Amino acid sequence: MKPRKDLLTIGDLSTEDVNTILDSATAMKDIFTKSVKKVPALKGKSVLTLFYEPSTRTRSSFEVAAHRLSADVTTFTVSTSSVVKGESVHDTIDTLMSMKMDYIIVRHKNSGIPAVIARHCKAAVINAGDGAHAHPSQAFLDAFTIREKYGTVAGKRVVIIGDILHSRVARSTSTILKRLGAEVAYMGPGPLVPPQAYTDIPRFTNWDDVFEWKPDVIYLLRVQNERIDTPFFPAKDYHQAFGVTDERLRRIDDLNLSIMHPGPVNRGVELCDAAMDYRNSLICNQVENGIAARMSILYHLTPQTQNND
Amino acid sequence: MPTISKEAIDEALKQWTGRITANIPAGDKLAVVGLISHGDVLAQRLITLLKESGVEALYGALDISLYRDDFDMLSHKPALRASYLPFSTDGMRIILVDDVIDTGRTVRAALNALFEYGRPARVELYTLVDRGGRELPIHPDVAAFTTPIDANVKVHLQEIDGTDDICY
Repeated sequence: MKPRKDLLTIGDLSTEDVNTILDSATAMKDIFTKSVKKVPALKGKSVLTLFYEPSTRTRSSFEVAAHRLSADVTTFTVSTSSVVKGESVHDTIDTLMSMKMDYIIVRHKNSGIPAVIARHCKAAVINAGDGAHAHPSQAFLDAFTIREKYGTVAGKRVVIIGDILHSRVARSTSTILKRLGAEVAYMGPGPLVPPQAYTDIPRFTNWDDVFEWKPDVIYLLRVQNERIDTPFFPAKDYHQAFGVTDERLRRIDDLNLSIMHPGPVNRGVELCDAAMDYRNSLICNQVENGIAARMSILYHLTPQTQNND
Repeated sequence: MPTISKEAIDEALKQWTGRITANIPAGDKLAVVGLISHGDVLAQRLITLLKESGVEALYGALDISLYRDDFDMLSHKPALRASYLPFSTDGMRIILVDDVIDTGRTVRAALNALFEYGRPARVELYTLVDRGGRELPIHPDVAAFTTPIDANVKVHLQEIDGTDDICY
């Protein structure tokens, strides 16, 4: 793959780049089976996680990935940092660059902030989620998980269910899956599925249509109450209308479909309790594969701090 | 351009087989580990020849990309291939196989990678070609052919390149 400093969106990458990163992720996963789960590839390199938004697993996944590549990891905790004292993003970056970071992993509630940071520093910047814009490392782990389960992504049908409108996961994951030849559809409450933005993606509003479409993978998004001012539905109504209920789980089981979810799961909202133990749930695979995918991303990026000549 | 023939490569692998089987220390389990990509192909051939001589050896393959010492000098990283070493190397006799040895840096990386799978009883290094441009105190136990230091050596193997020969 061509030298690349940053990973901001899936759209920036060629299909060849995407495949290279996925192929290397397979090799990274092999490392987990060794007694020493660590390789020296990024020894002496500094990785900073800079999260302006809370994160349940992305941050720790990146940290584990960096540790397994032998990098040194610094965690920039926003609630205890100068950001709450009014320091601007630019000033924070200047400060961090003085610390000679090689990789910066950024999450911010505003779209485009990782791109701004990437333009202003020599470190390789990885977008770990910016607003409703993009979440490329999630896209990689999702594509990797589907490829691992089915051997290929091409030709698979994936329906993404939930709050599409506010979801950077839906955006990045559908981009990578379509790039790799999968078919993607959306299903969710009318106001939360964008009517025009993705004209080539089929949209459904109920489960009957979803089953009729014959998907291979049911991908549930988390209901993000923190992103919308007033919840559109009470949790119970959402579950009945769009969640995987016990009854739908039986049908999913009969049809041998896989279930995915980026986490964290709201039990009783997106998924019933039994769905968490469903035999074709790939949710735990997604977590493990997230580390391998992020190791591969870190490995393939080239910070400008490396060019000493 | 001088060429080493398929027959000469076959003969070299036969000699390796003889050498490996000549002194098998009692109780040592044997594994042949090839370096991706070409060493792994040679390792598979060697295992077949050993089997014909009545000696069983486990097969392993190592991708040493993550152990390179020139990471900062690479503008782009090579795609990785999964290493395959589905056994602990504790107490084993490991035959490390590669197509060419030059600086010795690849072998240094391979030894580091290998030792993360256990503590082998001994490691031997077999290469087809020795280019002789060593930068580290590492030497093969057996090198079938030697070429001048400035030679541009190309090893072709049937399984990868569709033909068996060495040009330099």
